[in-house]
Amino acid sequence: MDAFITHTGTAAPLRRSNVDTDQIIPAEYLKRITRHGFEDGLFAAWRKDPDFVLNRPEYQGVTILVAGPDFGTGSSREHAVWALQDYGFMVVLSSRFADIFRGNSGKGGLLTAMLEQSDIERLWEAIEADPALPVTVDLDRREVRAGDLTATFEVDDYVRWRLMEGLDDIGITLQQAEAITEFEGRRPSFLPTTA
Amino acid sequence: MAKTLAEKVWEAHVVRRAAGEPDLLYIDLHLVHEVTSPQAFDGLRAAGRGVRRPDLTLATEDHNVPTIDILAPIADPISRAQVEALRVNCAEFGVPIYSLGNIEQGIVHVVGPQLGLTQPGMTVVCGDSHTSTHGAFGALAFGIGTSEVEHVLATQTLPLKPFKTMAITVDGELPVGVSAKDITLAVIARIGTGGGQGYVLEYRGSAIRALSMEGRMTVCNMSIEAGARAGMIAPDATTFEYLKGRDHAPTGADWEAAVAYWSTLPSDQDAAFDAEVFIDASTLSPFVTWGTNPGQGLPLSGSVPSPEDAKDEVDRVAIERALEYMGLTAGMPLRDITVDTVFVGSCTNGRIEDLRAVAEVLQGRTVDPRVRMLVVPGSVRVKHQAEAEGLDVIIRAAGAEWREAGCSMCLAMNPDKLAPGERSASTSNRNFEGRQGPGGRTHLVSPAVAAATAITGHLAAPADL
Repeated sequence: MDAFITHTGTAAPLRRSNVDTDQIIPAEYLKRITRHGFEDGLFAAWRKDPDFVLNRPEYQGVTILVAGPDFGTGSSREHAVWALQDYGFMVVLSSRFADIFRGNSGKGGLLTAMLEQSDIERLWEAIEADPALPVTVDLDRREVRAGDLTATFEVDDYVRWRLMEGLDDIGITLQQAEAITEFEGRRPSFLPTTA
Repeated sequence: MAKTLAEKVWEAHVVRRAAGEPDLLYIDLHLVHEVTSPQAFDGLRAAGRGVRRPDLTLATEDHNVPTIDILAPIADPISRAQVEALRVNCAEFGVPIYSLGNIEQGIVHVVGPQLGLTQPGMTVVCGDSHTSTHGAFGALAFGIGTSEVEHVLATQTLPLKPFKTMAITVDGELPVGVSAKDITLAVIARIGTGGGQGYVLEYRGSAIRALSMEGRMTVCNMSIEAGARAGMIAPDATTFEYLKGRDHAPTGADWEAAVAYWSTLPSDQDAAFDAEVFIDASTLSPFVTWGTNPGQGLPLSGSVPSPEDAKDEVDRVAIERALEYMGLTAGMPLRDITVDTVFVGSCTNGRIEDLRAVAEVLQGRTVDPRVRMLVVPGSVRVKHQAEAEGLDVIIRAAGAEWREAGCSMCLAMNPDKLAPGERSASTSNRNFEGRQGPGGRTHLVSPAVAAATAITGHLAAPADL
């Protein structure tokens, strides 16, 4: 995983709340067994509408999505994160994310930064007024900057550290192999096995 | 210090705790299905890693599988490739699997409990958000993404930040005709789709205690629809009774030791929760959703809301958009909404008790000729039991289709789908846009409401018949 410290790009406003994972990528696209190539599934139903924000010429090449509250509700499909990344998104900003989606994002290196809804509204206005406005997401300073607007965001300390170091979770855990083996020796005998 | 049920289970599974880091938690049971696992197995292969505990891992085929002609090759080549990938991966990594045609095959959240694999005090994970179902046994059970699936396969652990706890107390007696599904839809409407975010919900109170294990699973299943990753119910005599004698339940001295341990799990009297919600069961009635998220629900006696009723601008836009997608007008009585399809099944309501509730309503009646009704048992075992009780005969005689086990129209990854604009009453868990097929419109209901709706052709409760 590449380290994430700061990112500057253009941003698209998604003025919708409760954007669930079935909207981010419909189940039909989950049949693939590969890890990449999900960009065509991203917001598949909404993208059929020529007026949908990602279809508008001024929002081509965006790398930051500014979404309404409760982004990523619903299923555990990590394909939602992969579809956003495959499309080119590096960051999603919202005032509230669903837990599983947020966890998945951290694993895959997609930054989900939580801002006050009032800051989201200000960002929406700014990038609607000027779609070419460069937006900087600074993970080191936990800050979003766009024009004269500066907003701080919330991100879990541990996730931030992992993203900034570009670390793989499994590798970190495997350093604890001895502790895991020791724990296994203490598990009660009545626990079931699938064998 | 006094502890909640969730805190006790959590503490019993900490492998490692260090300041500034998430706890490393041991996982007792990892359930796997074909959709969220192929990339995880690929990750293991790429890193040269194996599955640490195949004996604590179980796979089943459910999301993609057809519900007719199940022994023929799967017609959709992409679905077939995914199911075949699971079989190959399980063979290569030594993971037990219940494939199509096996008597233990079915929806992963129906299969685990019926085998007795889900037990109180365990940690259970699966690459599926409805893993919260298993919390009905007093297990800490939650959905995970594919990276975490790979993590658990490789290490049998997960690094996790502690959750907050929320007590949802449902006291009193449920009125006749009101079920576990109505409780959960009412809870979600009350706290909202984000209300449980960051919490483990513990359902308590006399109305919860009075539920069967099937009903408790329905309630815990939908916890994720309120934003909570897990929902739990303290184990009691109902739990022990359900488990005793099941294939993987402990026996002999192990059973005695297990029951003694399980009996220590309920939240301590003076344990503090971070949040509390109280619901009077006697005020509940059959609940249905009108919108495009599970929080957009109302009692069946209500009417479609208006954007004018919204509490803020975000909510107003959401109502407006939901009405447009659902093709509904504000003020319309919910009972006037006609449906094209009725779906009974899913990990929410695909268990034997659900099929009994449906058969009871359908008995001696006929499905409206304009309505297509699909009844999809949650597992092969459930199907066999229903057939042994003669439920399939009643269901077929009423004009409904009796299918093979799987997730089916809950998420439309197999051929069971709504056509664009088609409207369903569904016992499943999500009414998201396009969830049951592109352009499809879903109303979430209980099994009894589903059956009554199939007979009348419009949203209805058995009392309306």
